[in-house]
Amino acid sequence: MSRVLLPTLLLLLCGVSLMVGASQISWSALWSASDDAWLTLTASRLPRLAALVLTGVGLSICGVILQQIVRNRFVEPATCGGLDAAKLGILVALTVLPGAGASGRMLFALVFCLLASLVYVAIIRRIRFTNLVLVPVIGLMYGSLLSAIAEFYAYRHNILQSMQGWLLGDFSRVIEGNYEIIYLILPIVVLTYLYAQRFTVLGMGEGMATSLGLNYAATAILGLVLVAVSVSATVITVGAIPFVGLVVPNLVALRYGENLKRTLPIVAMCGAALLLACDILGRLLIHPYEVPIGLTAGSVGGVLFLLLILWKCK
Amino acid sequence: MITLEHLHKAYGDKTVLDDVSLAFPAGQVTSLIGPNGAGKSTLLMCIARLLPANRGQILLDGQDISRIAIADYARRVATLRQVLDFNLRLTVEELVAFGRFPYSRGLLTADDQQVIDESLDFLGLQPLRGAYLDELSGGQRQMAFLAMTIAQRTDLLLLDEPLNNLDMKHAVQIMQAIRRLCDEQGRTVILVVHDINFAANYSDHIVAMKGGAVHSHGPVAEVVTQANLRALFGLAFEILPSAHGFVCNYFNPSLSRELV
Repeated sequence: MSRVLLPTLLLLLCGVSLMVGASQISWSALWSASDDAWLTLTASRLPRLAALVLTGVGLSICGVILQQIVRNRFVEPATCGGLDAAKLGILVALTVLPGAGASGRMLFALVFCLLASLVYVAIIRRIRFTNLVLVPVIGLMYGSLLSAIAEFYAYRHNILQSMQGWLLGDFSRVIEGNYEIIYLILPIVVLTYLYAQRFTVLGMGEGMATSLGLNYAATAILGLVLVAVSVSATVITVGAIPFVGLVVPNLVALRYGENLKRTLPIVAMCGAALLLACDILGRLLIHPYEVPIGLTAGSVGGVLFLLLILWKCK
Repeated sequence: MITLEHLHKAYGDKTVLDDVSLAFPAGQVTSLIGPNGAGKSTLLMCIARLLPANRGQILLDGQDISRIAIADYARRVATLRQVLDFNLRLTVEELVAFGRFPYSRGLLTADDQQVIDESLDFLGLQPLRGAYLDELSGGQRQMAFLAMTIAQRTDLLLLDEPLNNLDMKHAVQIMQAIRRLCDEQGRTVILVVHDINFAANYSDHIVAMKGGAVHSHGPVAEVVTQANLRALFGLAFEILPSAHGFVCNYFNPSLSRELV
């Protein structure tokens, strides 16, 4: 079923996403090569579509990698401090190196995100929780702590209000020329797919992975680097979008299992489809205005997260 | 083939292995027995390279194992520990396919596929090959993990309490499979086992450990004696010869009174 249905659904959503927006594009205008319509399409709609698809793919793959490293189904960038650390990194970059530009901010976000997830993984490995839910709860607490530091920092530097504005995931700012950093997710996806078997072995735990001849520490660190790159690229371009990396891998695992070589493409497609659907919804709800995707995806994802926890812990 | 020389392991100031020197016979089934905390599993984990020893060395065919790359070691020694915390949602076939990971690193060849099929056949798992692990009983799961270990095609297999939590039928099936691995394929198996009767009836060689040191070792008939087991476990034993081996009765041995 997934071979045909899922790509079709994804293409359909892509098509709808291109057609929906504040300014109407009609097929006839495109057909008659109207400059206006083409400009809307190439400068705004297509970049937005690319950003949406790449973000959805990147975030859901991040979730998968983190879940294999921590060996807990409820871990993703938003529940392990990675997302909040990336925000903090951007703030620090803004104040320390105001002229750094997007790539400089990205680098700060990347380093902060990587360090925060390394600390988180170290904490979890040290405490050895047996409780399934405690692991993400610790991550949420840890994330809130980092977030609080970020807010205090922003308050001290008088950028609190702008921070809250641009950190809420939002695709309406994506236009040609200011989103290209998101293409960094493409090589990440390719690398993750090439390493899919290794990441599955990672999920078997350190002992079994070592018995199978895998260099556990090196593979785990590689995974965290891949996660840090995708998270910082998405936070820089579109802001924070929680729960996508959690909900998608879990739903896919229920139906297709967790042999990543087989399921990663499905996870990627579902991630893109979920984000596209949330974005279209956000654009239609109060048309011609928009609800930021951080809100729509956050609430849809949050509810699904709660349902999954209740269902798993029954 | 596997030789231990003056192996020493301590956690903090608590010694778990104290100057252990041993040679495990190749092509035989060796059971590690002894009371809880004797250091059996620690010893096995040191051989598996999942725990570093503090002193001493372990030689595989004369080569110090710490000098072998971990990826190469996985083609020579396969380890199965108790898998209580395995929560990946994989099918039996997918799991067994990971036994080929040390060779293929992800891309299965036709040879790999054949080994996977043979391993599934060997344990009679073909009917379950498409089932998810979390839908299986404990015994079936253990069989699946053993099949994965078998698919690694190593000369040496290390099994840490493979019979834990299994019912009698599955325990017998696993031990029979281990016996066949040795007899039909010439593999060397070292396992930690708590049930003295399984050890006495299915292994060639026994290493008895107590307090981190080797208490006694040798062919089954030499180790499984009333006096030796009594000294090892602090329990009275009554050893009854059976058609195929020994039955050790420690539940209600008739001689028990003189000991207590």
